[in-house]
Amino acid sequence: MAIPLSYNFRNLMVRKTTTLMTALGVALTVAVLLAVLALISGLETAFAETGNPLQILVLRKGATSELSSGMSRQNFQDIKFKPGIAKNDAGEPMASLEMVTVINLQSVDSINGINVTLRGLLPIGLTMRNEMKLASGRWFEAGKREVTVGKGVAKRFPDAQVGKQLKFGKGMWTVVGVFDAGASATNSEILGDLNQISSDFDRAEGLSSVLVRAVDRPSATAIINSMADDPRLALDGQSEVDYYKAQTSSGAPIKFLGIFIAIVMAIGSSFAAMNTMYAAVSRRAKEIGTLRVLGFSQGSILLSFFIESVVLSLLGGVIGCLLALPLNGITTGIGSFVTFSEISFPFMVTPQVMMYGMLFAAFMGAAGGLLPARSAAKKEILTALREV
Amino acid sequence: MLRFIPLILKNSFRNRGRSILTVLSMGASLCLLGILFSLYQALFLGEPSQAQALRLITRHRVSLTNFLPASYEAKIRAVQGVKEVTSWTWFGGVYKDNRDPNNFFARFAVEPDRYLAVRPDVKLDDGVRQAFLKERTAAITTKKLADKLHWKVGDRITLIGDIFPVTMEFKLAGLYDDPEGMDAFLFNREYLSEALPVGSKFRDVAGTYYILGDSVDSMPKITRTVDEMFDNAPQPTKTESEKQFQLAFASFLGNLKLFLAAICAAVTFTILLVSGNTMAMSVRERIREVGILKTLGFTSGEVLGIILGEASIISLVGGVCGLLLATFLIAGLKRAPMQFANLSQMSISPTIWALCMGVALFIGLFSAFVPAQGASRTSILDALRSSG
Repeated sequence: MAIPLSYNFRNLMVRKTTTLMTALGVALTVAVLLAVLALISGLETAFAETGNPLQILVLRKGATSELSSGMSRQNFQDIKFKPGIAKNDAGEPMASLEMVTVINLQSVDSINGINVTLRGLLPIGLTMRNEMKLASGRWFEAGKREVTVGKGVAKRFPDAQVGKQLKFGKGMWTVVGVFDAGASATNSEILGDLNQISSDFDRAEGLSSVLVRAVDRPSATAIINSMADDPRLALDGQSEVDYYKAQTSSGAPIKFLGIFIAIVMAIGSSFAAMNTMYAAVSRRAKEIGTLRVLGFSQGSILLSFFIESVVLSLLGGVIGCLLALPLNGITTGIGSFVTFSEISFPFMVTPQVMMYGMLFAAFMGAAGGLLPARSAAKKEILTALREV
Repeated sequence: MLRFIPLILKNSFRNRGRSILTVLSMGASLCLLGILFSLYQALFLGEPSQAQALRLITRHRVSLTNFLPASYEAKIRAVQGVKEVTSWTWFGGVYKDNRDPNNFFARFAVEPDRYLAVRPDVKLDDGVRQAFLKERTAAITTKKLADKLHWKVGDRITLIGDIFPVTMEFKLAGLYDDPEGMDAFLFNREYLSEALPVGSKFRDVAGTYYILGDSVDSMPKITRTVDEMFDNAPQPTKTESEKQFQLAFASFLGNLKLFLAAICAAVTFTILLVSGNTMAMSVRERIREVGILKTLGFTSGEVLGIILGEASIISLVGGVCGLLLATFLIAGLKRAPMQFANLSQMSISPTIWALCMGVALFIGLFSAFVPAQGASRTSILDALRSSG
């Protein structure tokens, strides 16, 4: 027969201070883990939401990123008319020649400036990115020194506001609008006219990549294969989705450090929970004896103390979730070694992240509660009753 | 007070189980604190070594990914105070399969003779030095990196270029030892230039210039002169000390300073809770004993001192265990090859020992103070009557 759960709850209530302090220790550990997981989940969402499965990003053979790739206008002509490429309403092939570089802007975090991705693209390139919507102002116009910035950039860089000017390349550029690309990584980019930007960086011929949209999935595969099979082109195509997914590794060092810290803290907190439970067991020796006399088995005593420890830690887990919740939505940035620039994204304390936190808490409680619960169950009835 | 030490020691380990758990729990937390402090120190506070203080790195002002013209090298060498300068170019490229992050390591094209002059602290055998200087295809690397990638001296290593449109084959000529702990694969810049097609724009570029100055005093002047010289050139430069250059990489991982500070605060607060909780429990249990001590003639102050002493001893033992563990962990961490941040400087220095023991002592005293004062103030009668 199991001991009713209310017994455990009331016991935790009676020792209010001890319960709360132990729970708070667990809570802080959970909060640290949640902060790291929320950071990683924000980063992963940013990359997972970028890209269209029908779109193919073409880079020079061997290049791992748009930044290290190279593309000439001749390449673009070769790609543009491949079979299987979708056409827009005006009948033009949906292919965008783009130039990507990195510029340095002053940010809220660092006066030395932080690198941001600058992308020059053709008007058709804007229409190929369905997820981008104007949040304020307007799009840049072809032939003008104008840029439209992502909302992540606008949040992190004081100069990247509508009406203000940015200095890069050979002079000043006016910010004419801010776009919102949902949760995608494009939010961390600055967009402008391809010809203006490439001539400013003396790269009229040295462009970066071509983005094409296929009619359907089989033709997407066919286009990728036809490029791999044509050594003359020396180009490689890959699905846009895969390209961005691979960049998630930028968060790896922080993830490693964060999880390492959370685990060491968890070891500390488990010992603390163990301490609290041992104290509970020794204080309640008489009670345990009484329960045994009433007919509760060793097993149910073990289970009861074990559950109490898990409940105690789960309480900590709930507090930890509450502590981490205000982080949700705060924009932060991480440098990517693929693009050599900053990706900004919000912390995301998702239900899944919180579930991990609660599981982690339960695990701490279980690790801390097992030994004390065993010692409670092992108590001899007579000695237990005799204890003060 | 000294005569109470045996009593304090006896008390500290009376409830052995609890003391051990508290020590372990504090140890885990202080171990973490020690590692975080030493990481912070290595990243942000480490003094540049004597050799390092004489070195500067010049890069493109906009971003590390932009190239500088090869013509800058001679101009920089002519600056007063510059002893030697070498081009130092990030090659990038793909080794075997870049989907495996283990295949990623730093690869630089350098001018062997000049590089070794700029880095006199780099140690290598004479035979290896001669091979590196004389053989076009020779490459050198550190032991750590060679072990990680299972290379033996004499192995052929192929890199497929991404930034540079060329595939290169190297012969591992030997190993070198870098006291700054940066693990890289170094090869001859000439070899790269010759492998590139005639007329390629990559033939006459360098990623960065690595400068050796003649004295610490002339470093600020060199920095200023170099940057001013190229201020109005199409490729403006930014010159910074080796240390700052490394820091820029560390800041790439996000706002590390804030991250580390927040975690340290959370850890400290957690230990405070844990330790406070334990001390409160153990004082509460012994309130009757306090009554007996007082009956025997101990003053309130002496009782307070005994309890505080006990808390300090447990905290300090926890601190020592934690820091010994941290020293051990850091030694393991340093064995891994490092690319960017110089973590080889990470160590539990005497300052960190003092700091962590200070934190431990503070926590012990602070957490015990409230329960200890409560106990020492309890009147003898109440204390003796207490049932614990």
